[in-house]
Amino acid sequence: MEQILANGLYLGAQYALIALGLTLIFSLMNVLNFAHGQMYVFGGFVTYTVVAQFGLPFIVGLLASAAVLAVLGGLIEKFLFRPVIRRSKREESTMLLAAGIAFFLDAVILLLFGEKQRGVPKIVNGVLNWDMRIIMPYDRILIGVLAITLIVGFILFMQYSRAGRAMRALAQDRMAAQLMGVDVDRYSMIGFALGAMLAGLVGGLLVTITGINLGMGGPTSVKAFLMIMIGGAGVISGAIAGGFILGMMESVGLTLLAAYGDITYLVIFATLMVFLAIRPQGLMGKPWG
Amino acid sequence: MTARTVSTETPQNKGTIMTPLRLIGVGAYLLGVFVLVPAFIALTGRWDFYYTLTSVALLSVGAAGVWLTFYIGRINIGQGAYALVGGYVSAILVMKAGVSFWATLPLAGIACAAVSVVIGLPILRLRGVYFAMVTLVLTEVARLTALALPVTNGAKGITSIPLPGELSILGLTIVPDFASLANPKLAFYLLAAVLMVLTYFVLWRIVNSRLGHLCRSLQQNEELAASIGVNTAMLRVLAYSISSFFGGIAGAMFVAISQSIYPSSFVVTDSVNFMLYCFLGGLGYVFGPMLGTFLLYFGWDLLSVAKQYQLLIYSGAMIALMLVLPNGVLSLLDRKETRK
Repeated sequence: MEQILANGLYLGAQYALIALGLTLIFSLMNVLNFAHGQMYVFGGFVTYTVVAQFGLPFIVGLLASAAVLAVLGGLIEKFLFRPVIRRSKREESTMLLAAGIAFFLDAVILLLFGEKQRGVPKIVNGVLNWDMRIIMPYDRILIGVLAITLIVGFILFMQYSRAGRAMRALAQDRMAAQLMGVDVDRYSMIGFALGAMLAGLVGGLLVTITGINLGMGGPTSVKAFLMIMIGGAGVISGAIAGGFILGMMESVGLTLLAAYGDITYLVIFATLMVFLAIRPQGLMGKPWG
Repeated sequence: MTARTVSTETPQNKGTIMTPLRLIGVGAYLLGVFVLVPAFIALTGRWDFYYTLTSVALLSVGAAGVWLTFYIGRINIGQGAYALVGGYVSAILVMKAGVSFWATLPLAGIACAAVSVVIGLPILRLRGVYFAMVTLVLTEVARLTALALPVTNGAKGITSIPLPGELSILGLTIVPDFASLANPKLAFYLLAAVLMVLTYFVLWRIVNSRLGHLCRSLQQNEELAASIGVNTAMLRVLAYSISSFFGGIAGAMFVAISQSIYPSSFVVTDSVNFMLYCFLGGLGYVFGPMLGTFLLYFGWDLLSVAKQYQLLIYSGAMIALMLVLPNGVLSLLDRKETRK
């Protein structure tokens, strides 16, 4: 049981970090970022290139992927989303753009890094063995702790910094924020960059454990959507809750349902459908967010 | 919307009038689909185009369904699920029960419509991105269900399904046995094209009927529509089930052509593509999804000469199109009409 909980916590921390980026972008711009999974893969490949090809320390790789993705996110917002949102009749049109960007990033990743599965050497060796009740490699613990630290850092940033306050105001009411003198364009761009950066950071963290390959983008996006639905779209606490809940469900499901074959996700989906029928806006979302 | 209300002839009410120009347009379109395309292929000898164009026709049938859900203001990214269900219903009926393919085609559609009513009742209460995300997940559910159920034969799928047999009414042969044909590719193309034309005719009729007007009221403001007595819950489910019916038929036809079906025959990417076809063609136009499907699918096929840069060029073009024409390709027509 302890083992299942520990696995769930470790998975949940990763998932929550992915969901945070997606929900941030959604709350600021009302854009469902289909390319989020691809951004995550891109971040993983940047870390791989820096660590495994150039032989630099892991922390440099992590920072590099954060920086690259932040710049990428900022550019995408400024030159692609902003003009389309301004000119389009229906705001759903951004979905085509987001999907186009997802395909584009897939193509770029394929050309730059190839289709092979890539990984970096373990950053810490050894396995924690607590009385045979919890067995977990040290590198997983380190990554889990790093992820939780990043989540706490992100919450503090959103809560206490000037930019964070501006973005929260923007998420609540765009018009009112603009009237109060918030530079809407600037903070939309910063928000998008931040969301992309979080995706890149998770990619950088996970490349040390699961490795990374081109095909991981789409499924990651789907999982991120799941977490947002559980927690409620556009709410930070919801994204974190959704991430940890999905991590726990996956960990528990894989253990308990193993006897019945590979049906963990089927059960999760079915539960979600029932849950959404009762509470359409998720755990913490605003109705019709 | 403001530009449209200024002109007295809105695209909506114009649709009901059969102007001579419109008749010529429809005639030219039918001529192109049924005569010019086969003639062109026979001349150039590019027989591979038949497969591509058959796919375009069938995908646009599915996209027509997605478009209808857009019409009631819902973003549907779950059409792949219904295509898969329709495909499996047809395949299982043909293989296990020995039903003729021609009977399974409408049955697949009806089965999908029935499934969509059960699923739609709870999830159609959701709106915006919530509905979009749930439908996206639905495709994944369909795939996993197909993997888990015994009747679908898991990951191995159902293979070597016989080609469609003879269709006859009172001894009169309407469609000959596909296995006896010298050129089944052409036959499949014509069949898919007929299906496409019928689908879009039905869609056009729906949009210009009372039902279409009610759907538009949902798209604009659901609360307001409900407050003046529109049965929104029933209407949503009705539109969604029609949409799924189209998806099921498209899936069943695909299975007949490829003679096999696997859980991965329709995946999340296909569902997303159905939605993209609608966006690209333009959400405000009945024939938008058909044009969108043609441009994206045929364009993708032609780009295969670019080898490893195929995806790069394709997605780049898609982004560029979105930047230039954020309201779909058919919004070009709109501009001309307002000028007139």
